[in-house]
Amino acid sequence: MKHRTLQIWLLGILLLATGQVSAVLEVTVTEGVTGAIPVAVTQFAWDGSGQPSEDVGQIVGANLTRSGLFDVLARERLPRAPDGPDSFLAESWAAVGAEYLVSGRMRPEGGQVLVEFHVFDVLANQRLGGFRIPVPADMLRRGAHRVSDIVYEQITGDKGAFSARIAYVGVTGRGEERRFSLEVADSDGANPRTLYRSSQPIMSPEWAPGGRELVYVSFENRRSEIFRHNVETGARSSLASFSGINSAPAWSPDGTRLAMALSRDGTPNIYVMDVETGALSQITRSNAIDTEPAWSPDGQTIYFTSDRAGSPQIYQMRLPDGAAQRLTFEGSSAGAAAVAPDGKSLVYVQGGQGGLRLARMDLDNRRVTLLTSGRYDKSPSFAPNGSMIIYSTTDRGRGILGSVSRDGRVHQRLAARSGEVREPAWSPL
Amino acid sequence: MNTTIRWALVILMAGLLAACAQPKRDLTEAERQAAEAAAEAAAAEQARREAEARGLGPDRDLRADPLDDPQSLLAERLVYFDFDRDTVRPEFVPMLEAHARYLSQNSGARLRLEGHTDERGTREYNLALGERRAQAVRRIMTLNGARDAQLDVISYGEEMPVAFTQTEESWARNRRVELVYEVRR
Repeated sequence: MKHRTLQIWLLGILLLATGQVSAVLEVTVTEGVTGAIPVAVTQFAWDGSGQPSEDVGQIVGANLTRSGLFDVLARERLPRAPDGPDSFLAESWAAVGAEYLVSGRMRPEGGQVLVEFHVFDVLANQRLGGFRIPVPADMLRRGAHRVSDIVYEQITGDKGAFSARIAYVGVTGRGEERRFSLEVADSDGANPRTLYRSSQPIMSPEWAPGGRELVYVSFENRRSEIFRHNVETGARSSLASFSGINSAPAWSPDGTRLAMALSRDGTPNIYVMDVETGALSQITRSNAIDTEPAWSPDGQTIYFTSDRAGSPQIYQMRLPDGAAQRLTFEGSSAGAAAVAPDGKSLVYVQGGQGGLRLARMDLDNRRVTLLTSGRYDKSPSFAPNGSMIIYSTTDRGRGILGSVSRDGRVHQRLAARSGEVREPAWSPL
Repeated sequence: MNTTIRWALVILMAGLLAACAQPKRDLTEAERQAAEAAAEAAAAEQARREAEARGLGPDRDLRADPLDDPQSLLAERLVYFDFDRDTVRPEFVPMLEAHARYLSQNSGARLRLEGHTDERGTREYNLALGERRAQAVRRIMTLNGARDAQLDVISYGEEMPVAFTQTEESWARNRRVELVYEVRR
């Protein structure tokens, strides 16, 4: 209750002072959200020479914080970490306000690091689980994400999504010097790897359900065309290069079909392509702009953006040939819907006086909640467990990535290298 | 949470606000100067090319190319649009009629119509909007004598801005169709 008052009070001051809240400040304002579970994560002890290549405890803590479900206690405040599962003293952790404790040690062995860790329920005074996972020595950061997934699942009962990766578009330079790249990084933005570079724009990356392939739009032939790209082998081929625009590819949940927006017949409509045979079926038939298709998890419904009623709004359509039904009415426009993995809500871009912001619609009652307060918040993509949304935003005119928890309470910016980054897509698990 | 921490947070945030606000003004001013310098350089370069094309070089065709005559409507190659609209404003129609006439008189000429949008709107929607703007321009040109086969429509949506500040002035410059001659006659 106290925290809530403080937040509203601070927010009021910020709005008075600036008229808008920048992404930098959002992290401060939303820190210490009520209802977040207090967790202590110790520095993982290192039973080897020198120092470990990564601070695994720190990475786990940062991941848990970003999910919005946890209030990770500052390391300086923590009592001495237990040497092993038997020396856990619940009282000393309860005294600093922790409800859960994550403690671990690491030992180099051959080319690997053995990461052993335990999750304790402080209030119940018991150990929830102990784990030992071998990690290739040069992949300790990915190991830390795996640890985070296990901790998340131990405490919440839901799967973690920290081991999943994100794909996004990078842009450097301006005018003739402008260069575009397709990047893949860890879910926290670390370890970026360039998959494809071009002097022409790259747009709309999306993962295939298996997580091995991406589809995206490339202008390498001086027009928008859809390509598929195998992340592991680098194999690459064109999927759609009809006359007009070829855009907004979206894999069906079973991976056999690709929804897309094509203007081959004059105006953009939604089509579904059988990926195996290349056969196309037309889903919408309007003279308006129909684009940005997204699938329901059961593959039976397609959500899309259309300006058939004047302004762009989100519609849903039952496959194969149901009538389009308008879903959004708030704000001056709506688009780029992303469907939650459980299919129960949409997160989309809502346009209004203040600019473009992310909103969530709960599909059972159509209730709309604003999640962000930026002016250029676009391209939302759900984490595969539905806990967070990653999106494009700007910081003083520069494109960066933001993440927001499903409930809109915890906001973070993601580490960007030099240049701009945008259009993030979260991989499946 | 006690009062000291509250005030510490307020002071911290006031500091952050000041830190955020200051560089923003500098950046905008620096960008504006850079844009002006670039525009001047581009104008000088264009004047040089026009002088060349008008036959000031030794072996050139001395007949002036109307496409390079800065006094001609044909020198104008940009059509601007209102926010989220694809309607060609009346002030651009005479220029488009002139290009259409040129195309009808030079049957080998080919023109690429590149549609663009500002950054307000979702990306894929903007890609479609850019195409619709270029198609609106094409319609006026075919009504005035250009043949469909002479015109290529493509859209870049919001991917290729020419102005970078987040202001109405920049957005207005980015909402455009560019006329690019692929073959001149």
